[in-house]
Amino acid sequence: MKNLLILGAGTAGTMMANHLVKKLPANEWQITIVDKEKTHYYQPGYLFVPFDIYKPEQIVKSIDQFIPKGVKLVREPIDRIAKDEDQVYLANGEALSYDLLIVATGTDIAPDEIEGMLGEHWQESIFDFYTFDGASNLRKKLMNWEGGKMVVHICEMPIKCPVAPLEFAFLADSFFKNKGMRDKVDLTFVTPMDGAFTKPRATKELNYLLEQKNIRIVPNFNVERVDGEARKVYDYGGQVVDYDLLVTVPTNMGDPMIERSGMGDDLNFVPTNKATLQSLVKDNIFVIGDATNVPASKAGSVAHFEAEVLTENILAYIAGKEMNGSFDGHANCFVETGNGKALLIDFNYDQEPVTGTFPIPGVGPLRLLKESRVNHWGKLAFRWIYWNMLITGKPIPFVSSAMMTAGKDIEPAPAEVG
Amino acid sequence: MATRAYAGTNVACNDEGYMTNLEEWTQQVGEEIAKEEEVEMTPKHWEVISFLQDQYRAEVPLTIRKIGKSGVTNIKEFYQLFPNGPLKKASRIAGIPKPVSCI
Repeated sequence: MKNLLILGAGTAGTMMANHLVKKLPANEWQITIVDKEKTHYYQPGYLFVPFDIYKPEQIVKSIDQFIPKGVKLVREPIDRIAKDEDQVYLANGEALSYDLLIVATGTDIAPDEIEGMLGEHWQESIFDFYTFDGASNLRKKLMNWEGGKMVVHICEMPIKCPVAPLEFAFLADSFFKNKGMRDKVDLTFVTPMDGAFTKPRATKELNYLLEQKNIRIVPNFNVERVDGEARKVYDYGGQVVDYDLLVTVPTNMGDPMIERSGMGDDLNFVPTNKATLQSLVKDNIFVIGDATNVPASKAGSVAHFEAEVLTENILAYIAGKEMNGSFDGHANCFVETGNGKALLIDFNYDQEPVTGTFPIPGVGPLRLLKESRVNHWGKLAFRWIYWNMLITGKPIPFVSSAMMTAGKDIEPAPAEVG
Repeated sequence: MATRAYAGTNVACNDEGYMTNLEEWTQQVGEEIAKEEEVEMTPKHWEVISFLQDQYRAEVPLTIRKIGKSGVTNIKEFYQLFPNGPLKKASRIAGIPKPVSCI
């Protein structure tokens, strides 16, 4: 009996368990998945919780219900991977041997990386919304907040779901408008990037929306420290931004276990072949989702597309064949723009987001890089798709793992605005 | 693809003025680009430039964090050496592509 071990039962790990249990013969392979948590969070929901669009209890389910029959779930913290022994040590001292390892331990916020961020003002006037607790606490705060300077802030790239901070700013604008207090709130978006997003054409479209919603942008801001007492954020270049309520996306880092295993880069992400998803650490270690260092967005859609490629490659690897599956960096993200609208972006390593129709070329019904109500319904419908299709490894109609160029206005039309 | 004249030679540059072939870089070329960027080069500056080039040759993506942990300089000093957008400015002087630390 051979052992395939998956570390992490989040979006990526759970998808891999569901894919592989169908493909690997049960009399030859034992699949085991390790995670210390009991709860599977619907992470795209974190964005909606602070604005009371979702209640916290709507975005949680038990991890166990998504682990398929035939896969063994081990609920223990992981101490480290001993790659030279082909073993994983658990915190309780037990060792799990593997023939093939999949690392899917994701990323987490590391607010302690920024001086002054953690402390008595954390979750009082400085909040994150990238964790269940952060989003839930911010929801309570916003219920009674009387207004002032709200600063939405990104510490450093890369971060999980790179559009989420911008969506947060858009939704905040709507939220305060609906409460009849938009005039009492000064909204500022502070980012280490040149503009609103990482890709030029999307940035152009999104900058326009910032202007329309009266959200000030402070670009090229590399945070040095936060002064919680004075409510100021400082950058290395000498810029200072005042706030009353700081909603920050702290530095994102891979699991500390990766560092203990001596396998990570300086942010604890695992060096990974961006096409095959095999680790550069050892042949029998593969990496998927937010845990990799590949230059794709850290997002559930990316993990979903990667899972299809990785499944194919693992089967080839086991059979001693060449791995033909090649991940193209495909990401597909709904971007909430407030007032019941959203836009959709679809892109990969080489192709930046452009306008067009999706998923059926020329038809849609979704519009790329354009605001529409249908896109917003798509985003809300996605929660159902996530729980019922995505993490259990069912294919999503019309959406392939490789990005399609059909239906996209690739060149030379510049992104229209207005 | 355009070229620009630096130190008596034409070097290949993109639209934003970043060199596209590090082989064409010499310290004199770097010196002239630095003048355009209004940076007065000192031995410390060159030490940082040489670190950036080594990282680029080793295909290590450059980030502000990486500079901070380089042992060559710290982030605060990096900002003092190359004010306003230090990584972009230093990359241009070093003859390497504009950093794409953003995903």
